[in-house]
Amino acid sequence: MYAYDELDRTLINERVSEFRDQVKRRLSGELTEDEFKMLRLQNGVYLQLHAYMFRVAIPYGTLSSKQLRRLAHIARRYDRGYGHFTTRQNIQFNWIKLAELPDALAELAEVGIHAMQTSGNNMRNVTSDQWAGVAPGEVEDPRIWSEILRQHTTLHPEFSFLPRKFKIAITASEHDRAAIKIHDIGLRLHKNADGETSFEVLVGGGLGRTPFIAKTIKPFVHGRDILNYVEAILRVYNQYGRRDNIYKARIKILVHELGIEKFAREVDEEWRQMGHSALTLDHSVIEEVRSRFSYPAYEKLPHMPDELKQAAHDPLFERWRKNSVAPHKVQGYSIVTLSLKPVGGPPGDATADQMDAIADLADKYSFGEIRVGHEQNLALPHVAKRDLPQLWKALDRLGLATPNVNLVTDIIACPGLDYCSLANARSIPIAQELTRRFANHDTADMIGRLHINISGCINACGHHHVGHIGILGVEKNGEEFYQITIGGRADENAQMGALIGPAVPYAEVADVVEDIVEAYLALRDRPEELFVDTVKRLGVEPFKERVYATR
Amino acid sequence: MPLVKNGRIATDLFVHVADGAELPGDGAVLLSSARFLEDPEAILKRAGKTGVIWPNSRAVDDLVPYLDRLAAVALVFPTFRDGRAYSQARLLRERHGYDGELRATGQVLRDQFVFMSRAGFDAFEVKKDADADAFAETMKRYSVFYQPTGDGRVTALNRRMQLRHSESAGQ
Repeated sequence: MYAYDELDRTLINERVSEFRDQVKRRLSGELTEDEFKMLRLQNGVYLQLHAYMFRVAIPYGTLSSKQLRRLAHIARRYDRGYGHFTTRQNIQFNWIKLAELPDALAELAEVGIHAMQTSGNNMRNVTSDQWAGVAPGEVEDPRIWSEILRQHTTLHPEFSFLPRKFKIAITASEHDRAAIKIHDIGLRLHKNADGETSFEVLVGGGLGRTPFIAKTIKPFVHGRDILNYVEAILRVYNQYGRRDNIYKARIKILVHELGIEKFAREVDEEWRQMGHSALTLDHSVIEEVRSRFSYPAYEKLPHMPDELKQAAHDPLFERWRKNSVAPHKVQGYSIVTLSLKPVGGPPGDATADQMDAIADLADKYSFGEIRVGHEQNLALPHVAKRDLPQLWKALDRLGLATPNVNLVTDIIACPGLDYCSLANARSIPIAQELTRRFANHDTADMIGRLHINISGCINACGHHHVGHIGILGVEKNGEEFYQITIGGRADENAQMGALIGPAVPYAEVADVVEDIVEAYLALRDRPEELFVDTVKRLGVEPFKERVYATR
Repeated sequence: MPLVKNGRIATDLFVHVADGAELPGDGAVLLSSARFLEDPEAILKRAGKTGVIWPNSRAVDDLVPYLDRLAAVALVFPTFRDGRAYSQARLLRERHGYDGELRATGQVLRDQFVFMSRAGFDAFEVKKDADADAFAETMKRYSVFYQPTGDGRVTALNRRMQLRHSESAGQ
């Protein structure tokens, strides 16, 4: 965990005071709604269908138990007793009152949490691998760099009024859990021949109505130069990104229109002119940030404790363990994913009571630390294997042990028309219906890894383009219709899914998905061939034939 | 529209001269970039000071040859949402070493003052009287800054490093 110092604390308190003043001026009429809109967006406040929505940053998905308890308190005191974890490692509250927002922010600031730049046309919350620092085989802990970038991007004097929002994600593992290829800037940590940290820099990824996979702009940028290089990209974008059309304002369009080579030359030229700027990171500076991350004092524990051997006789425990428990870099420990995708529930929601209970479990079993993943689940990153049976029982009682992580019912969905003023169609009820259709965990196990992503409109907050099965809500003559794609993925082999056929009405979506899954089961080579791999091998046609033959 | 300069409401000594209008023989003038670039040498030979209003859609490189003879550069925020002039300001100050008046014009509102000041602006044509009155107070909103810019404010990182050095020196 990164520990805020007095300077970090002062800054977020100053931000709260500023926002309190802005809200006061809005409520008194001194600020017009047009003027206030950008100010509230810069602090994570949207106006939704029914109320203000408040998005709180969870930088690179790391939370302490104390912070999670405070989020639970916010849900209870200022909202309706629950929160919604998002695909960018943030949490949203849906029923907040404008006049109470400054107080909520002040309470969050007490535990080092803020809502800065969780919306608006600025550099958004920097995201990373939810297993950062604990995943085996990681190059190094990407959160050090995430924190350096968090500070650098916070209230940036040059890039707070960009053409459009700007998202940065970082991974340090071969397997990309941070979806860096669908970000404006994706950073992949690696080491050069001398063992020095460097970055492969990708640029111009993004979803929305014009989806692009990010392209590598520079395969190798030394760690000490990373802020310079990011600043050079931002400066080119700030000056040349389109501002005439909101739909063409993201950096992906600029990169596409200029071509990656020309864009890269512009950035290189800017970078060259910056020279050895004050942004260059000395070794001591990096170490200063690193020194404020604390790591658990792990015990020396056996790889296979007796508690685990005994519990292995319980098939329900074993099913959960095989599904939700991942290897840790330290022997005797595990990373445990907490599914926020119960059968019939809205994906990514947690009640205040659940949050409090998770905070208690984190204290008891995970050195007080919790992680948030972009798949809208939580994780306890340092669980001793001997504690797994006890933890499982506790999670099961809380409804947080659904053994469906990475399976067909582990659905990513945006809030959709139930909350969002941009949506064309509902997302949550589609997800809920699908979890009921595939409620049998043996069937889901047999199907294997399969990501369904649902967006209620073309803005693609539910990442439908990169779902193994993607579902996009559209409006046709006043009715909700859904376009369905297959074969998308968001990992290191990221690609967009392909349309399987004409859009279908709301009532038929779950049937079509069931038919797609049945087609896959019939078409797959062997049980180990994942859904996406079958689609890759065979293309869309055989699926289309089977699914649309009778429609 | 009040002008804030060096932190205080000030009288604007520059006369805005429209593109077709005749240039006064002396006194400080503020001209459009188009007017200025028609014949910069002749304009700069005048007795009075020269300022140029530079659009946010044109690279400041074209202005660089004249910077040391300009008394003011005015950059434009057509709306407060359009942040191109922040980059122009930093380039003028930090890359090209411009040290004359750097003026923010257009939709200049209170909640942008700190950003603008950090980017190098030292003069502000403020849209609303109440915002101009609140200038000094608004500039006190922040005491911690993460990014190094040319404004001379000490960054959080520098303060931390200084603290480290003084701690280790005391050991």
